[in-house]
Amino acid sequence: MSLLEVKDLVVRFGDAVAVDGISLTLQPGERLGIIGESGSGKTLTALAITDLLPEGASRSGTILLDGAPMPTSERAMARLRGQRIGMVFQEPMTALNPLMRINDQIAEAIELNSQHVSAQLDTPQLLTEVGLEQKHGDRYAHQLSGGQRQRAMIAMALASQPDLLIADEPTSALDLITQRLVLALIADICARRRMALLFISHDLKAVAQVCTRVAVMHSGRIVETGSVEQVLRAPQQDYTRRLVSASRFAPAATELRPLGETLLQVKGVTRDYHRRNALFWPIAPLRPVNDVSLSIASGEVVALVGPSGCGKTTLAKVIVGLDSASAGSIAFAGQSYRGRDLPKALRRDISLVFQDPFSSFDPRMSIGASLSEPLHLEPALDRALTPARLAEAVSAVGLDPAMLDRYPHEFSGGQRQRLAIARALVTRPRLLVLDEPVSALDVSVRGEVLELLARLQAQFGLTYLIISHDLDMVAAMADRVLVMEAGRIVEQGRPGEIFAHPLHRLTQELVAARLPELDAPSDPDATPAG
Amino acid sequence: MGGGPEGGDTAPSRAVIAYALRRLIGFAVTLLVAALVIFVLLDLLPGDPAQFILGINATPASVAQLRLQMGLDAPAYQRFLGWLGGMLQGDFGMSYTQRAPVAQLIWDRLGVTLPLAVFAMVISMVVGLPLGLLAARRRGKAIDTTIMVLAQTGVAIPNFWFGMLLVLVFAVGLRWLPPGGFTPWIEDSGLALRGLLLPSLALALPQASILARVMRTALVDVAGQDFIRTARAKGLTMDEALWRHGVRNALLPVLTILGLQFAYLVAGTIVVENVFYLPGLGKLIYTAILERDLILVRGATIILILAVTSTMLLTDIAYALVDPRLREGAQR
Repeated sequence: MSLLEVKDLVVRFGDAVAVDGISLTLQPGERLGIIGESGSGKTLTALAITDLLPEGASRSGTILLDGAPMPTSERAMARLRGQRIGMVFQEPMTALNPLMRINDQIAEAIELNSQHVSAQLDTPQLLTEVGLEQKHGDRYAHQLSGGQRQRAMIAMALASQPDLLIADEPTSALDLITQRLVLALIADICARRRMALLFISHDLKAVAQVCTRVAVMHSGRIVETGSVEQVLRAPQQDYTRRLVSASRFAPAATELRPLGETLLQVKGVTRDYHRRNALFWPIAPLRPVNDVSLSIASGEVVALVGPSGCGKTTLAKVIVGLDSASAGSIAFAGQSYRGRDLPKALRRDISLVFQDPFSSFDPRMSIGASLSEPLHLEPALDRALTPARLAEAVSAVGLDPAMLDRYPHEFSGGQRQRLAIARALVTRPRLLVLDEPVSALDVSVRGEVLELLARLQAQFGLTYLIISHDLDMVAAMADRVLVMEAGRIVEQGRPGEIFAHPLHRLTQELVAARLPELDAPSDPDATPAG
Repeated sequence: MGGGPEGGDTAPSRAVIAYALRRLIGFAVTLLVAALVIFVLLDLLPGDPAQFILGINATPASVAQLRLQMGLDAPAYQRFLGWLGGMLQGDFGMSYTQRAPVAQLIWDRLGVTLPLAVFAMVISMVVGLPLGLLAARRRGKAIDTTIMVLAQTGVAIPNFWFGMLLVLVFAVGLRWLPPGGFTPWIEDSGLALRGLLLPSLALALPQASILARVMRTALVDVAGQDFIRTARAKGLTMDEALWRHGVRNALLPVLTILGLQFAYLVAGTIVVENVFYLPGLGKLIYTAILERDLILVRGATIILILAVTSTMLLTDIAYALVDPRLREGAQR
């Protein structure tokens, strides 16, 4: 008998259908991945199965657990959910109660399901099982790193010894190395406990890593389902084919780009944040950037990679003039500055593109108004020329200048990131600093945005500094990679060489954490290397 | 994010003490600045305090005598330091109109005002918080609408008018409680308590209404948070999840309001004590202002400020006890 059987599940918000009649089954111990882009209905499917849909959503269809329908009373359903199904969510920071110690939150899950299981687990056991130390249990969520929080979430989900674990994008808020470790942990625990897994993700490689079977969702329907081998290596449907090809980055051009003179030179930059103790006494400063030197030639694409918290964003903020260096200096086209004192005349030459195109636009300003703001950096510019400049920037990113009167919410994520790039281009800059330019975007549009960036670079002779933790993207884009750890640059070189023969420990770890390509041979039952 | 996970061995009690210490320094500075402002406003601004106290018809001789009596000939900084030093030893000066030590006058009246404010605070919490909780848990239902309409009305009704209404119903009509006046605690504490009941109710009404609204909003907000979903995933119903995980998180904004409300309560006592003929601090200040007794006004004001800032201090410490995040990055 199937562990879980879903038949004709429909989820509606009023008249809008979000999940449109999907059916799936899950055998005991089986690992099923649901792949889909944002808005495909994959998360709502999981929430519908566990009766956790947000207010305003209604569901219909049959959901059977061990052949029996789910109870209708809220209380019985809650208890069943606690006992039989464990859940892990995307953002572990907000999914944990900020005012409760980890131990207490795990203990609550154990206590709630104490009648259900014969062999009781205790909190120390669970902490050990997910690879946390006992001292982590005494802490609050904000005192743990992202990976530790997600491990704590998993420990909580395991407390009732469930038969089914539902993991909704459990690693997409984590950095590369942590992601690999958490994926390995989930696969490992499922195998050890013979627990079924419903793994929801937009990341095909992550699904290939932990699942045996996969269902591809697109606008509320399952378009293709089958074994991982079949679906991801020999996709039958157009949509799946597009997804699979989009998750591969075309390798970078092999020939070296002709480089100009040095455009940006960073000389021994250090950034200190001064701190004081309880009695306002100064204590050792926090140093996110520690004596960093680098230079970027005109027309070059340089990538800065490193784990979260390594200081790469702070360094970028100093370079674009949003923060100031505590020591050292920067020279741009021969002019020296420390950060915030970046001369206005130079500001138009350096532009910044942010990670999240949803929060980087003022929702109450039209796109045209947002895009024309940087033009105040050119006081000499004739106001009558503004529309022409906007049209030029918007056309350059492949959009229609007629869109300028619209507002941010009318655009998709990919279009917004194009508009963010247009905003960066409107002053005709020479250096573009791109902070994780595609990591907030769906897989299928990432390729387009990267192509656009490459085209613009060739067309206008732009210089890029790309900040990212995505080695595949970096390998496809960059001429040179700088690896950063704890405020220092620890290794640099051409991506092909540095990723093939990493010298520094961190680079080796980053390279090892890369998930295998979909066409690489792999055995899904094997525990991935950590 | 990113920083801080290596917070290491966190002894929360030590962190709370360090946090409290920081707040205590802020508290002392606030009091000092307040004293300075009061002194500048009442003693240094143009116009002779002695002339002001005695009125326009005073003879120059009596003004000169009062100036001598009040020590107004000394330089300003000496008078300020003298006033501060005196207060630290419990000497607030002599009231000119009442011919008694200001400290004694204030101390007597605090026995009325402090219980009045505390009762009102307790009533507003006991009434307001559960109503807010109920409204949030039955959001959109009739009970929610009813509570919110009542709360809206409660905020809008002036408390002196509500006080008179209470007197009409419970004192004049039903004759359950005295209409006003106060029996000192030592004479008959039961009677003293009964005397404070109606004024506390009058004071508490708008505060309870505000608390109910804040509690409802905060809880509705918390109900949509991810960790409530996590709690439900663990096997709790929505109500259980809200009770175990929601209420404590919702209390954070409520605490902020509570601290601010005490200041309004203390100010409210001035009006309510006059409606109910209570010999409290509010009535004392009211009379002192009418009689231009600057020394008394000065002393009573600083005591009011002390009461309000102490409440703020307590709120801040309560905040740190509830929220572990505040104990660390509390620099900002």
